[in-house]
Amino acid sequence: MLQRLKTLRRYPSAIIGIAVLAMLVIVSIYAVIAIPYGEAIRLWRGGPGVWDDNPRNAAPVWFDWFTSDALPRTIIVSTADAGVKRVEPIGGGKNRVEITLPFTYNYDRFPNELILRSEAVSESSTRTRFSVFWRTPAGEMVPLATDRAMRATDSYYISQDLNVSSKLPAGAVRPEVGLFSDYAVSAPEKERTPVKGEYAVVIQTEIPEGADYNARLVVYGTVHGVAGTDHRRRDLTVALLWGAPLALVFGLVAAVGSSLITFVLSGIGTWYGGALDALFERLTEITMIIPFYPVLIMIGQFYNRSLWIMLGVTIALSIFGAAMKTYRAMFLQAKEAPYIEAARAYGAGNMRIVFRYLLPRIVPVLLPTFVTMVPSFVFLEASISVLGLGDPVLPTWGKIINDAQTNDALYKGMYYWVVEPAVLLMVTGFAFSMLGYALDRVFNPKLRTV
Amino acid sequence: MANDVLLSVKDLHTWYELKKWGFLHAGYVRAVDGVSFSLHRGEALTIVGESGSGKTTLLKTILGLAPKTKGEIVFAGQKLDGKRGGVEQLRSQVGFVQQDPYGALPPFMTVRKILEEPMLINKFGTGAEREQRIREVMEEVRLLPVNDFLAKYPHMLSGGQQQRLVIARAMILRPSLIVADEPVSMLDASVRVEILELMRRIQTAHNLGVIYITHDLSTVRYFSERVFIMYAAKVVEQAGVDEIVHNSLHPYTKALLTAIPDPDPDNAHRYRDVPSGEPPSLVNPPSGCRFHPRCPVKIEGQCEVEVPPPFEPMKGHLVECWLYKA
Repeated sequence: MLQRLKTLRRYPSAIIGIAVLAMLVIVSIYAVIAIPYGEAIRLWRGGPGVWDDNPRNAAPVWFDWFTSDALPRTIIVSTADAGVKRVEPIGGGKNRVEITLPFTYNYDRFPNELILRSEAVSESSTRTRFSVFWRTPAGEMVPLATDRAMRATDSYYISQDLNVSSKLPAGAVRPEVGLFSDYAVSAPEKERTPVKGEYAVVIQTEIPEGADYNARLVVYGTVHGVAGTDHRRRDLTVALLWGAPLALVFGLVAAVGSSLITFVLSGIGTWYGGALDALFERLTEITMIIPFYPVLIMIGQFYNRSLWIMLGVTIALSIFGAAMKTYRAMFLQAKEAPYIEAARAYGAGNMRIVFRYLLPRIVPVLLPTFVTMVPSFVFLEASISVLGLGDPVLPTWGKIINDAQTNDALYKGMYYWVVEPAVLLMVTGFAFSMLGYALDRVFNPKLRTV
Repeated sequence: MANDVLLSVKDLHTWYELKKWGFLHAGYVRAVDGVSFSLHRGEALTIVGESGSGKTTLLKTILGLAPKTKGEIVFAGQKLDGKRGGVEQLRSQVGFVQQDPYGALPPFMTVRKILEEPMLINKFGTGAEREQRIREVMEEVRLLPVNDFLAKYPHMLSGGQQQRLVIARAMILRPSLIVADEPVSMLDASVRVEILELMRRIQTAHNLGVIYITHDLSTVRYFSERVFIMYAAKVVEQAGVDEIVHNSLHPYTKALLTAIPDPDPDNAHRYRDVPSGEPPSLVNPPSGCRFHPRCPVKIEGQCEVEVPPPFEPMKGHLVECWLYKA
């Protein structure tokens, strides 16, 4: 057995397959250690405060390498870092606070979005108001909002504030375009380019003494991270990383589980024959006509969409699958081998014969089959997810494709959203197939010359 | 040669039931139909017969691999009446040598494992004792040097080495009886004699009883004292080996002897008178003497009516044929 495995080295496809699988395994181990299961679920669920600083639908950073323009990254300025806060008592138990949040904008495209988040530190300060100004590189101050009511936590979506557009000389363009444009030029949005330079957002307010006020500006870029983000600002890296262990576990457990159980049951059934064999045969025939996908879709639709339930159902439906018939045919032949008769003659019991004499005979056939079976289960999980019946909480590759599809990713030109998980799925499939076919050649030497 | 009886078989029948539609009775295949003999300790006995004559079934019934229908098997004074009726109670007392040495060895086990299995199953000794016994047996069958063979798989051995290993496995539990089902028919002519001589040597060294089954009369000489000729599930003639070869009585035995190829160039021009026809169906065997439809010297009105009992025209030479009615 081991010697046979060593001959795998002669097959380049096996080496590539093993290398890719090793990488996937390393990525999986990294993913599980870096982002524990519960954390992965929490991150993927998202919600307030989890992904606030990520741009929506941003392409991966490496997209920048293929464009001549410098694509904007996300810029975050807050009073905690580069922001300047000036506090000046004005009497009457009040302080005038002026916060300046300066940043350098050096990109060739407009940002995705602009949000100003602010936070009042004491209850009493919420009874006051604040004003926001935009300072251009030329030093002009553009009022964005005046006397905005101060809340304990406030998000001012500058890029959604239609009033901003009307205040800008540039005319009817989106606020984030207008704010970064050259005001002197009057041109349609598509022909405009951002003006590079030092910008700032200035916030002025008066708050009671003892109270405090902090602000944070996020200028969202159009590229983010290694993998980009989705419509809910979630970093796709999380899902791509976690998709690997989930795909591998689903594929391997389903393939190993179903083929091992089928293998053992078929061996026992064939050895004992009679009623047991007949029962297994009829069960197989019944299972073979049950349509596999529709059953999974039904379970997803009406019962439970958990990945682990799907895994269980997949194994249960595969046990008495077509493989049962194949194995049975092999066992019927193997069971008549003289060495089994010899084993009976020296007193081997039924179970010993099944596990020590009958099953090992077929293992060389089983091993390549189960390796080539893995991708079909990986794809099965992905297709269920793509149909929107995937696990609702776990980030799987199929789930990303499903999100991309429901958000018209391809229509909107967000290819990365579909291509990344699809490529990973294909690479996984190829790796198992390449290894499986090489194993097949090693274990079934009749194929070697083919 | 000790004169105590090792194995005694009385009126043994092994019938397989035929079924129609999976449950209706549709007759029996009478694979062994009333065979009796006894084998002494240290005695070798050869059963000769053509394919389908029931010789392998006889052996399997004795081994407990086929269910006996009726009859009695007494092994070393102990009557065997287990579920299957064979020697299953005395597994370790009987070694089994099969026809196809490669098929008889599990291809996924090493030589050591193959030899250890019977001992593990029959709870033979401790690990060290088993290892000791493996080496002992391998030296006896001349799988030498032992260390070179222990880790090998059957496919790495030659046909002769494989058959030695099969014999070693049969010997490993120190049996008192070896049953060999055509042990050399799948081997090259060059190793046949070697294997037969090995078996003969082992037999005399350990005073074993041996039942040797063959369809090839030419190998009998190397081996045994007594020969049984089986035809259609019955023993038709039994005698010492020289008697059978030089003074055969039953017309079927004569035909068998005629059929032995003889490397004489003149044979190409010589006509051999071999009875035509095939062995009869064992589901509906012919009435009377089962050989009568093919017999060149049949006695009309008797052979097809009455079953011939064993006659003993000479001492120790039994024949079931009406020609030798006393």
